[in-house]
Amino acid sequence: MTATMRALLGATALSFAGFALQAETLTIATVNNGDMIRMQKLTGDFTAKNPGIEVEWVTLEENVLRQRVTTDIATKGGQYDVMTIGTYEVPIWGKQGWLVSLNDLPASYDVDDLLPAIRGGLTVDGALYAAPFYGESSMVMYRTDLMEKAGLSMPDAPTWEFIADAARKMTDKSGEVYGICLRGKAGWGENMAFLTATANSFGARWFDMDWKPQFDSDAWKSTLSFYIDLMNDAGPPGAANNGFNENLALFQTGKCGMWIDATVAASFVTNPKDSTVADKVGFALAPDNGLGKRGNWLWAWSLAIPAGTQKADAAMKFVEWATSKEYLALVAANEGWANVPPGTRTSLYENPEYAKVPFAKMTLDSINSADPTNPTVDPVPYVGVQFVAIPEFQGIATAIGQQFSAALAGQTSVDDALANAQALATREMTKAGYIK
Amino acid sequence: MARASSPQRRAVVTLAAWTAGFVIFFPILWTVLTSFKTEAEAIASPPSFLFFNWTVENYGEVMERSNYFRHFWNSVVISVGSTLLGLAIAIPAAWSMAFAPAKHTKDVLMWMLSTKMLPPVGVLIPIYLIFRDTGLLDTRIGLVIVMTLINLPIIVWMLYTYFKEIPGEILEASRMDGASLRAEILYVLTPMAVPGIASTLLLNVILAWNEAFWTLNLTAAKAAPLTAFIASYSSPEGLFYAKLSAASTMAIAPILILGWFSQKQLVRGLTFGAVK
Repeated sequence: MTATMRALLGATALSFAGFALQAETLTIATVNNGDMIRMQKLTGDFTAKNPGIEVEWVTLEENVLRQRVTTDIATKGGQYDVMTIGTYEVPIWGKQGWLVSLNDLPASYDVDDLLPAIRGGLTVDGALYAAPFYGESSMVMYRTDLMEKAGLSMPDAPTWEFIADAARKMTDKSGEVYGICLRGKAGWGENMAFLTATANSFGARWFDMDWKPQFDSDAWKSTLSFYIDLMNDAGPPGAANNGFNENLALFQTGKCGMWIDATVAASFVTNPKDSTVADKVGFALAPDNGLGKRGNWLWAWSLAIPAGTQKADAAMKFVEWATSKEYLALVAANEGWANVPPGTRTSLYENPEYAKVPFAKMTLDSINSADPTNPTVDPVPYVGVQFVAIPEFQGIATAIGQQFSAALAGQTSVDDALANAQALATREMTKAGYIK
Repeated sequence: MARASSPQRRAVVTLAAWTAGFVIFFPILWTVLTSFKTEAEAIASPPSFLFFNWTVENYGEVMERSNYFRHFWNSVVISVGSTLLGLAIAIPAAWSMAFAPAKHTKDVLMWMLSTKMLPPVGVLIPIYLIFRDTGLLDTRIGLVIVMTLINLPIIVWMLYTYFKEIPGEILEASRMDGASLRAEILYVLTPMAVPGIASTLLLNVILAWNEAFWTLNLTAAKAAPLTAFIASYSSPEGLFYAKLSAASTMAIAPILILGWFSQKQLVRGLTFGAVK
């Protein structure tokens, strides 16, 4: 063999070695919120522990992300190796075979440590299809000073009757203080998330066991009438346009007596940097009507691996890292316990340090009181507390949300809104083949 | 004879023009102002217009979190690339329609415009599948092609309108002097239509820069332009208005500056042929 030949062979071998050593890049799609941004900042810990794996982030607004990843996974586009999806998508996508099962996570991951309510929502036919990054429910956040001024004391588990009474007593419209702020903006993840969860506590349900819509029931009528009467008496003006952010701004600037919304809001309203009422906030479970179901929802932003990815092993390592107990400890060490992603692991709530966080216990109690597999008083054929885990739900619920938002704005009556909702849902469910 | 106008009338017209201009510009001004506030001040009610604690911390945070320059460069390549490619196709097309019209030229023009009437989401899945199979997903070249195709009807229409204003006799004269078709388009037609071509170019750069459906849906990490950069700061659960405003200001600043410096060209091009 000539020297030239040897040099060429050597160079070829080296280039192969170089190829083998080249870093594998994971593309991770995620939503824009505080916990996810914190994870991006801590990525260095993952890459240090896993040399050879690089991470590229695609952060998008929630609705844009949902459209983007749904297009990609439905067409097997393969653009993402890890996707951030919610409890609505996981049962549908898992059933379609679009996600990699996470049943092979190592024993050290301690899958049994995941909160049962959250884990149940991410499991399809016994297989876990996504690992929860943070979980949330909804609860009552209230102004302790205004409650005291109204001569009332908030119980840990209030009824809707108490909430309505307190809201009316706390309202001082001339002073721009409104007893209660609730979602009114139309959308399946906006007003319908709140109203569906509330309806559960009033004994209403979306469908009976034959998938027949139930908006013509008395339970739905009392839900919607209660909500609209309460908002007219004690809600802020223009409430039909208010979503999470609008209500957060109202609450933080001292204009709401009570706000029932996502538990994740607790860290915002108690942060003195952004909130003028940070030291006057109390928490309570979402209200009930004595029927055995509370009006709180359950959601978990979770990490899942699309079945089309070529980098499933590296993706699995990332999911394991980001949803592990060690990650929670890492966040605590860097940013403090109040900033640890909540609502995923039992061990977090057994930690005495975390127990000092003011909203920790109420978040856990709220999550535990939601049951996505048995969400309503009467039996239903679907999974999901504030949604129905079928692909048709997004479209139907957004259209019905517009009806309910119009009723809140006074453009239509409660009876007409419910009749339209019933007709609309019946038509769509028949078209989709659920109703024969 | 020029119409006589009293100083009072001129003052009223000037005031009305400034008011209209201010109203149109206000959302941009408000975005820029909000970008210098803290998140708490951004949601304060009543809002403060100028008297707040000015801060640049939002810009610092945005620069720390995102790779602005990569998004910026992607936007430049996609908008300029698609406009140049579009012009290369549209100039000969508009020439033939303006100076050598056939029986169905008008129908072809209308048909081209009709493609703009389809909601983009209607063809998302077919285009996504084509991109997947040709390996064009999340590539700049893929977006240049899509942007060219999307804006081509507008480019052809604009150039056609400008070319129609140029007397065909001048082109005939050049032909009589022995100019080839290429020379006729390049050395006779194009120089005469420079204002029109310039305004077409600028308008299409702006349209491609601001396009937010295809640029969001066909990109992931590598080819994502500034529209994706803005989308990463919007959030339905969490008040990040100040940071979102900072990101928006950074995204629109380059195109705003371009528009500012080329406004003379833009106005000249848009009014080209309006007065004979």
